[in-house]
Amino acid sequence: MKNTPLTLVAAVCAVGVFSGAAMANPVAPGAVAFDEDGAVAISLTGVAGDAVNGAKIMRTKSLGNCISCHEVTALAEFPFHGEIGPNLDSTGDNRNAAEIRGILTNSKNTFPGTMMPAYYKVDGFIRPGNRYTGKAPEGPLDPLLSAQQIEDVVAFLLTLK
Amino acid sequence: MNKLTSTNTLVALALAGGVVFGGAALADVDGVLTINGELEIVTKTTPPAHLADNLDEIVSGWVYRAAETQELQMDDFDNPGMLFVDIAQDDWGTVEGTEGKSCATCHDNVEDSMAGVRAVYPKWNDEAEEVRTLAMQINSCRTERMGAEPLKITKGKMARMEALISVQSRGMPMNVAIDGPVQAMWEQGKEMYYTRTGQLELSCANCHEDSYGLHIRSDFLSQGQTNGFPVYRLKNAKLTTAHGRFKGCVRDTRAETYKPGSAAFNALELYVASRGNGLSVEGPSVRN
Ligand code: HEC
Ligand code: HEC
Repeated sequence: MKNTPLTLVAAVCAVGVFSGAAMANPVAPGAVAFDEDGAVAISLTGVAGDAVNGAKIMRTKSLGNCISCHEVTALAEFPFHGEIGPNLDSTGDNRNAAEIRGILTNSKNTFPGTMMPAYYKVDGFIRPGNRYTGKAPEGPLDPLLSAQQIEDVVAFLLTLK
Repeated sequence: MNKLTSTNTLVALALAGGVVFGGAALADVDGVLTINGELEIVTKTTPPAHLADNLDEIVSGWVYRAAETQELQMDDFDNPGMLFVDIAQDDWGTVEGTEGKSCATCHDNVEDSMAGVRAVYPKWNDEAEEVRTLAMQINSCRTERMGAEPLKITKGKMARMEALISVQSRGMPMNVAIDGPVQAMWEQGKEMYYTRTGQLELSCANCHEDSYGLHIRSDFLSQGQTNGFPVYRLKNAKLTTAHGRFKGCVRDTRAETYKPGSAAFNALELYVASRGNGLSVEGPSVRN
């Protein structure tokens, strides 16, 4: 009983160390540094993105669901692509990693008032809910995508030329 | 063998098309809606004055549905929503509650007494000094005049009574008042319409004012008008009320929704209804 606080501290430290090792200390959603155009120069994780996983995130409804608004020819085998945002076929030519990372983290810094959701933001919402249940959240919100998922999508978009 | 294969492929294609486009590629956006070969429905018209700066035209949700879905609304024998109107016709004459009354006791013939009613709701009630949605008025009659239980706002019995009342105004222009005593509530509804809610930070206007006529994944976005409510949705084979639809749309922004029947949704209903002023009452309409 007397030992409990110590055990807890040890456990917290261990978790800290493990996640540090595996995720290279991801930048927290509130701590991301944007430049004046909304770009984010530094990787959110320090771990190179996995473009194959990025493609999966973009087409998966419960993840990025990016194709609900964007047409991407490289993902044409996964129907059906929306028309709300621009076609992303040449994003790798038009945008660098910092710009894409900024747009994904919080697109409103790059495109004021845009309809595109902020994928790495956890507060400042009006009536946020618990995912798609319509109910109030049970605790702090997770960002729509994790730091590494953002890096994966950045890696995939850079391949689109 | 060959024949079998090609038939299967066709069926598969048809299913894929139905699920995916929900009418997008197949929608006949220039179609004209005439019901039973005689009742002409205004599905596109000039916006009411309060919307003139935002929209060039107001358009019924019918326009954005697949041709097959559109056709179901052209004939009452094909419109599944009319089955519920028939049931509600029986409810109309059924005595319920402690006062020994039915709707018909006070309102006689629904065709005469309810003609034009749906077109002007939600509406100010002088005596009660409140804005009443059609659902509130139905429940007020039930509790205060019949001594009966109120109906659940989004449940089938309420939806079908709304359908019975709506059908008596089919073809009449929506004409909801927005000034005088209702103005404050109308402003509240307007504020809600343009507020970006939820973790996706989307407002009604993002989808239904800025993006109608575009696809969001498989959905073909309409203006989110309420002139067709209650709507029969093929997806769940029953009538859906406006508040039921609002709830789903708010939920889809990853927001905490409001309760059907809440003051907030009543205000939103008033405002959204007024955006359709000039479109014909269509309820019960058919949607996917
Ligand atoms: C609800 C709609 C919506 C969703 C979902 C969405 N976007 Fe966007 N996106 C837009 C819109 C609209 C723009 C155009 C910016 C503007 O002017 O508003 C845009 C712009 C972009 C751009 C910049 C294109 C350019 O070069 O100018 C990129 C890159 C992008 N989105 C990637 C994504 C990715 C990746 C996802 C998913 C993780 C995603 N979007 C999800 C609506 C969306
Ligand atoms: C993320 C996009 C999105 C948002 C935000 C949204 N809706 Fe919708 N709404 C849809 C889709 C998709 C449909 C089904 C296709 C259609 O009719 O547009 C729909 C349908 C509707 C309909 C049915 C129209 C008909 O004719 O059957 C109404 C009414 C409606 N929405 C109202 C609202 C209101 C009010 C809000 C805000 C509280 C709202 N919507 C927010 C996507 C959205």
